[in-house]
Amino acid sequence: MNEIWRMIGQRLLLGVLTLFIISVVIFGATELLPGDLARELLGQSATEETLAALREQLGLNDPAPLRYWNWLAGVLQGDFGMSMATQKPISELVGARLGNTLFLALYAAALAVPFALLLGVLAALWRNSIFDRASNALALTAISFPEFFVAYTLILWLAQSGLFPSMVRITGSTTTGEMLYMAFLPALTLTLVVTAHMMRMTRAAIINLLASPYIEMARLKGMSPMRVVLRHAVPNALAPIINVVALNLAYLITGVVVIEVVFVYPGLGQLMIDAVSNRDIAVVQAITLIFASAYVLLNLLADVLSTITNPRLMHRK
Amino acid sequence: MIILISIIVGLALFFMIGVSARSALQAVAPAHHKPTFRDMPLTASFGLAVILFYIFVAVFAPLIAPYGESEVLGAQFLPWASPHYLGTDKLGRDMLTGLIYGARNTVGIAFATTALAFFVGSFLGLWAALVGGWLDQSLSRFVDALMAIPALIFSLLLLTIFGTSVLTLILVIAAVDATRVYRLARSVAQGIVVMDYIEAARLRGEGMWRLIRREILPNAMAPLVAEFGLRFCFVFLAISALSFLGLGIKPPTADWGSMVRENATLITFGDITPLLPAGAIALLTVAVNFVVDWQLHRASGLKE
Repeated sequence: MNEIWRMIGQRLLLGVLTLFIISVVIFGATELLPGDLARELLGQSATEETLAALREQLGLNDPAPLRYWNWLAGVLQGDFGMSMATQKPISELVGARLGNTLFLALYAAALAVPFALLLGVLAALWRNSIFDRASNALALTAISFPEFFVAYTLILWLAQSGLFPSMVRITGSTTTGEMLYMAFLPALTLTLVVTAHMMRMTRAAIINLLASPYIEMARLKGMSPMRVVLRHAVPNALAPIINVVALNLAYLITGVVVIEVVFVYPGLGQLMIDAVSNRDIAVVQAITLIFASAYVLLNLLADVLSTITNPRLMHRK
Repeated sequence: MIILISIIVGLALFFMIGVSARSALQAVAPAHHKPTFRDMPLTASFGLAVILFYIFVAVFAPLIAPYGESEVLGAQFLPWASPHYLGTDKLGRDMLTGLIYGARNTVGIAFATTALAFFVGSFLGLWAALVGGWLDQSLSRFVDALMAIPALIFSLLLLTIFGTSVLTLILVIAAVDATRVYRLARSVAQGIVVMDYIEAARLRGEGMWRLIRREILPNAMAPLVAEFGLRFCFVFLAISALSFLGLGIKPPTADWGSMVRENATLITFGDITPLLPAGAIALLTVAVNFVVDWQLHRASGLKE
């Protein structure tokens, strides 16, 4: 048990280090701009006074390391600064939408993970059958579709007939049931986008194992193919499967941006796109940091879980 | 019912194009390449046919298109009827013309971006593997840090800082994707630089550039070519997504991503017009993926 905790501690420290480096990159990216950020944001026609005011507001007169330190100290206390476009505190803008985005991502994950694992196991079980070939070709096709193509096809098909709403309107009185109903189409789109990859990797991980001698042994004992796959192959394939699931959940985070725009879903992605078009740099930095942290955390989780499921990694000599 | 019919028609078209492309390629190919095309799966020949079709449309766009690229011809959102066979868009431009010019603009920009990302990424990757030591360490750790941020999110951050124009779009996407190419090129080259013939070439006094170009690159070509196809898909989808979000290629340049965005309202009236440019994007990425899949399968020497 102690070893697990020590490993988790090590990974957490590494994760914190990664996050620190990411924060340097996110903050340092603004320094790449040749010339003056204030002039770049306001355009050539800006007067000297407005430029000076904006520089003061952004704290551009301080040296970069000091500004980074102030920014980081604020972020650690949950204060991301002020949005330039709306003149509201960023934590207020982000706070309301973060929950919505997490809800959508979890919803999609709850649909996609069981679906993908089931398809992957079945495809591995019935290898080279019509089912396997068809699901493989379909998966490859789905991987190559742009998210908005899938989204609009679903709108045309399922929202046109009035089955599901094509827009998501969330008010204070929206219940969870209504949320599940309204967010069904965006969640389904995300599911279709990530399922393909997860399914292909699950199938590949299991098929890799099916060639091993202990599987042949199990077969020779006269076990049913289903039992061979579920009891003998899947436990050993867990590590790669967990990794690809985490990778795809991390992918959900970026996929969410386009899909939120299509379905007018009030989440972080939409906020980010608005901020990018307004060049509201502080908001974009805050959201980038949130998305990147989620990405790092998911990878960390996958790392820990796949180590725990594999005794050989747990007791390394 | 309509869905069922369209699926059947789609499958029939797929088989027809696939089979005819395979026999056409077999007829055209030189004698020693004939077996390659004979054994190719239907998906791959279909993919090749689609790619060749896109290239043809992109090259001859001004000759095929019925109207000029940004010509405003009349009322907006006209239905599908002669002379505008696919209707008109939000500004009254011919939809078919837009689709044809989109092949040139969208695919061209995506190709240029991929090529740039590839040139920079693979050069740095091969260089880092060859020189090793502190250069390799600092470059690799730097790339690691950049790769810890999801690609689309990082491009959005860079676009905020540098502003949105086609040139910054190309540079930003190329920079983000070059990190991925760097990883692959470096790991492939690391297996090569320890070979004896590299040692021999070094002893002969060959320079760094010559080592990369003449000794390492020819041996690293196969995985890099497959990666080029995959990378093109990612770049193409990223550029389309950004254009769709209004942050990439902008009108009056005809582009598939922004065409979807501009005409998206039509979908709520049950009109499939906005799906055409989206479908054009989807079809090309599927085609490239099919061909890459075949190439990877061939390169790995797997026989199922």
